[in-house]
Amino acid sequence: MSEAAADLRKTALHALHVELGARMVPFAGYDMPVQYPAGILTEHNHTRTKAGLFDVSHMGQARLWGVGADKAIEALVPGNIVGLALTRIRYTVFTNDKGGILDDLTIGRAGDHLSVVVNAACKEADYEHMRRGLPKSMRLEILEDRALLALQGPAAEAVMARFAPDASKLTFMAFAGMKVAGLDCTVFRSGYTGEDGYEISVANKDAEGFARKLLKEPEVMPIGLGARDSLRLEAGLCLYGHDLDTTTTPAEGDLGWTIAKRRREEGGGFPGDKIILKQLAEGPSRLRVGIKPDGRAPAREGTVVLDAKGKEIGKITSGGFGPTANGPVAMGYVTKGNTTVGTPLGLVVRGTTLGAKVAALPFVPHHYKKA
Amino acid sequence: MAERRFTKDHEWIELNGAVATVGITNYAQEQLGDVVFVDLPAAGKKITKGGEAAVVESVKAASEVYAPVSGEVVESNAELAKNPALVNSAAESGGWFVKIKVADPKEVSALMDAAAYKKFVDGLH
Repeated sequence: MSEAAADLRKTALHALHVELGARMVPFAGYDMPVQYPAGILTEHNHTRTKAGLFDVSHMGQARLWGVGADKAIEALVPGNIVGLALTRIRYTVFTNDKGGILDDLTIGRAGDHLSVVVNAACKEADYEHMRRGLPKSMRLEILEDRALLALQGPAAEAVMARFAPDASKLTFMAFAGMKVAGLDCTVFRSGYTGEDGYEISVANKDAEGFARKLLKEPEVMPIGLGARDSLRLEAGLCLYGHDLDTTTTPAEGDLGWTIAKRRREEGGGFPGDKIILKQLAEGPSRLRVGIKPDGRAPAREGTVVLDAKGKEIGKITSGGFGPTANGPVAMGYVTKGNTTVGTPLGLVVRGTTLGAKVAALPFVPHHYKKA
Repeated sequence: MAERRFTKDHEWIELNGAVATVGITNYAQEQLGDVVFVDLPAAGKKITKGGEAAVVESVKAASEVYAPVSGEVVESNAELAKNPALVNSAAESGGWFVKIKVADPKEVSALMDAAAYKKFVDGLH
């Protein structure tokens, strides 16, 4: 093992990944499975047709305790957290004073606390950001002793029902504490694939046994980060550090829907509010859009995007091959005036300009269980 | 049958007369994973030993394929445009990339033979 590999953190499922023959890669400071022997295409298609099991334990799970935590955290995010109903989860972003995005996250309301789930690569910074930005009366509890497993795909509901009959009562973006296979879990009806499914928070000590139980179900196959990326890209979902970062605002990132009406009417009250609200009112100078290359060649992150006249108008931030879309798919930023679906674009791939068009997102329809 | 030679970049090359067929090895395709697109040079293109000869794209990433020898491309494998997965299923046969009119056959014979390549790959584990 190289010195760098020795420094990587391991999730509670690490030994299982290795046993299953996963190819392990460094990701956000963790040694994570990029694919299993089945390969990315098979794993991707399996998730779209049956159910895939993902280890997302590298993500940060936390709870925020304190009277008025909902109001307090609104000082850091543009979402309507005060108006969040019990058991509901909301996708939102931490913004900075310039309106840039520090991370994207979900916040859920439990009876006596808020559930917070953040990205692996940002988690330490996010925790520090919350500690500094919230009143001293708030207590941030970091759930270091819990793993997070995602079960995603059309068969996820049927599989989960065998271990937790109440899980099927949750609708998309709801969560609850419940026994799953006899274990104390928090079950979220959410995910990062565009499919129906769950994210299950379980104690580290129970995680491997639980994962083995799920993998014994005939519909379930382990899925690595490679397919996770192609699934989320087809679903039009952003990857922080690529599609969103501190230089992109929620308005530019086409995340205007995360800025609650009430927050707009109140004039903001979150970092970078003036900049973001002005962009929303006037239209941002650039916007994240879907991009569909005309041919078969994938256009990767960093690819320069041209308008029909050959002028540079942006860059691709996520790009690859979409197995379900059966062709290359991408997302990126283009300047105002070039954002309408169908607008012809050029993509500079290895020195050659390839044709492409602005495309509607998602590339593959979502199959969320909304009711 | 002509003898196959191999490079440290995991290409195979087989010389028949003045024309060599070039592809990537089974080891290479295993490392790449599912191939979804292959960017091949047009016939007539001059390529230089060690220079970029093709690009192979897996779901995850694009990888360059380097020319094992110098020469001129006489044909690229049209099958790969329709069925890039041939690179995975038949890397060392039907999934060949290009045929090159070799400038100097000595460049081919100087490469590793099958036994030397096997030893090289075994040493990577």
